[in-house]
Amino acid sequence: MFDLIISKYNYWIYIILMMIGFYAMIGKKNLVKKIIGMNIFQTAIILFFISTASKKGGTLPIIMHGHGAHAVKAASYINPLPHVLMLTAIVVMVSTLGVALAIVIQIYRRYNTLEENEILRLNK
Amino acid sequence: MMLQAPVLIVVIPLMFTFVALIFGLWKKGLCYPIVLIALSLSFLATLQTLNIVITSGIIHYRLGNWNPPWGIEYVVDYLNAFVLPVISFVAIMVAIYSKKSVEKELSDKVVYFYCIFLLQVTGFLGITVTGDMFNLYVFLEIASLAGYALITMGEDGAPFASFNYLIFGTIGACFYLLGVGYLYAATGSLNMADLARLLPDLYGSKVILVGFSFFMVGLAIKMALFPLHVWLPDAYTYAPSSVSALLAPLMTKVGAYVLIRVIYTVFKPYFSIEILPAATILCWIAAAAIIFGAAMALAQTDLKRMLTYILVSEVGYLALGVGLGNRNGLTGAILHILNDAFMMLALFMVVGAIMYRHGGRRISELRYLHKKMPFTMAVFVVAALSVIGIPPTCGFFSKWYLILGAINAHGWIFVAVLLASSLLNAILFFRVIENIYLEPHDGDIVENHDMVAGAEESPLTMLVPILIAGAGILSLGVLSGKIISTIIQFAIPAGF
Repeated sequence: MFDLIISKYNYWIYIILMMIGFYAMIGKKNLVKKIIGMNIFQTAIILFFISTASKKGGTLPIIMHGHGAHAVKAASYINPLPHVLMLTAIVVMVSTLGVALAIVIQIYRRYNTLEENEILRLNK
Repeated sequence: MMLQAPVLIVVIPLMFTFVALIFGLWKKGLCYPIVLIALSLSFLATLQTLNIVITSGIIHYRLGNWNPPWGIEYVVDYLNAFVLPVISFVAIMVAIYSKKSVEKELSDKVVYFYCIFLLQVTGFLGITVTGDMFNLYVFLEIASLAGYALITMGEDGAPFASFNYLIFGTIGACFYLLGVGYLYAATGSLNMADLARLLPDLYGSKVILVGFSFFMVGLAIKMALFPLHVWLPDAYTYAPSSVSALLAPLMTKVGAYVLIRVIYTVFKPYFSIEILPAATILCWIAAAAIIFGAAMALAQTDLKRMLTYILVSEVGYLALGVGLGNRNGLTGAILHILNDAFMMLALFMVVGAIMYRHGGRRISELRYLHKKMPFTMAVFVVAALSVIGIPPTCGFFSKWYLILGAINAHGWIFVAVLLASSLLNAILFFRVIENIYLEPHDGDIVENHDMVAGAEESPLTMLVPILIAGAGILSLGVLSGKIISTIIQFAIPAGF
């Protein structure tokens, strides 16, 4: 059991981070805290993807000195694809963050507060 | 040019977003024609694609000529060739319709509205056309982000409703992304066709089961399937009228399309039905959604809010058809994607027109509207009859196939639920129609009895799309046999 936690510690951290973010998104009453939770949640996903690609002693997926001098084995390099996917996902996450902050500014201008229960009270 | 049709569907609205922005900042009035041109070109491309698929089979379009498992591939088979023109057509109708209502509701944001509008349509079309799981995620987020921005432009409660939608939508998208990650970790592929080939050997693996569950929850949030629909009523009620007319018919339908893709194309039907009881669970959730949506709609006094709950119930129909897992059920679900898009388009456009003329939309305030806006109200009645499921309208035919599917699956409870929901919808809509058409019985005197019939009919740019949607509902009903025999029977995923 202990071995399972130690050897896969990055996955455990991903799950813990994801749960923290998830809790903040659902449980927190302050809208900015919700956004922070959203960011933690998304960062956890990045950690998950990068963990699936990582490899002890892996090298770059680049052919050194080119032109077939070295046959590159899939076992010896780190899979670049999850990293690339996460580059795209980061772009998506940044735009989500931007839209979220813009909406929060709108909400603040209208209600002069960012507490969810006060907004719900004012909305009635 | 012909060969490039699948990619042009997405590229045209995307590129015209920037064209509309540049010309719009120069002259505000240019946005509207540019949007119409872009959507018409894209619609032609979807028709061309549908034509190619019918004449010569499935299209595989390789972006940048990279071979499939590595490069992104657009795959158009009967299923998405059928959904694409629906999306484009609804988008054109809403674009024509939007002119007056945007001028009134969002007069200072016209340019930005049209840019985001085009991005939104790009997202929908991209989700439908792509054959790559991760590419689908990106398009899903384009559509969602554009949706959040559009909804925020609405009336008083809109920003807060949009924020809630954003939180829920992000959870949904992240779950989808995690699902993609689990499948990638297990198979090393992102291409749908490749995944469908690699996955059957791994069906016992826990990684695949977890990935599948993430997909289901993420997509259920995106398509607003009960009990994850909580973001929808607020968001679509407070959104500007043209935005709800665009999102309500399309977002949920696109979600249903992705659901069919994931559980019956990427995963084989025998996995989703036999190995995991996912389809059965989906049926029960859908049945709950149908009843809950209709019951909540009964409690509403606001017409637009009532329609959003009806939409929740319609999502239940789609999910039920998918979950039944037999030919008739799926025929019903796929046909309902088309029919429901038209019904919701007509209903939400009519509500927008009422708001444009009257400002209010409480059901009790709608009296004598049939004299003021005869054509608009006629379309409302046609759409209402279609939602209830009265024969010449298209709603009857999809409901017919869903009931046949439920009988084939021996799901007698689902048959009962479908029939009960028809009754509930009848009560719902007759309450509204009674308020509009019939004289109040207690004889309270109405001062302005001298109004001219049709004096307050909706403006022409609104009336034309509303009438087309109404005519569409009637003619699709008549044509549904032909649609099923030429397209839908081939669109049902392999394995049924």
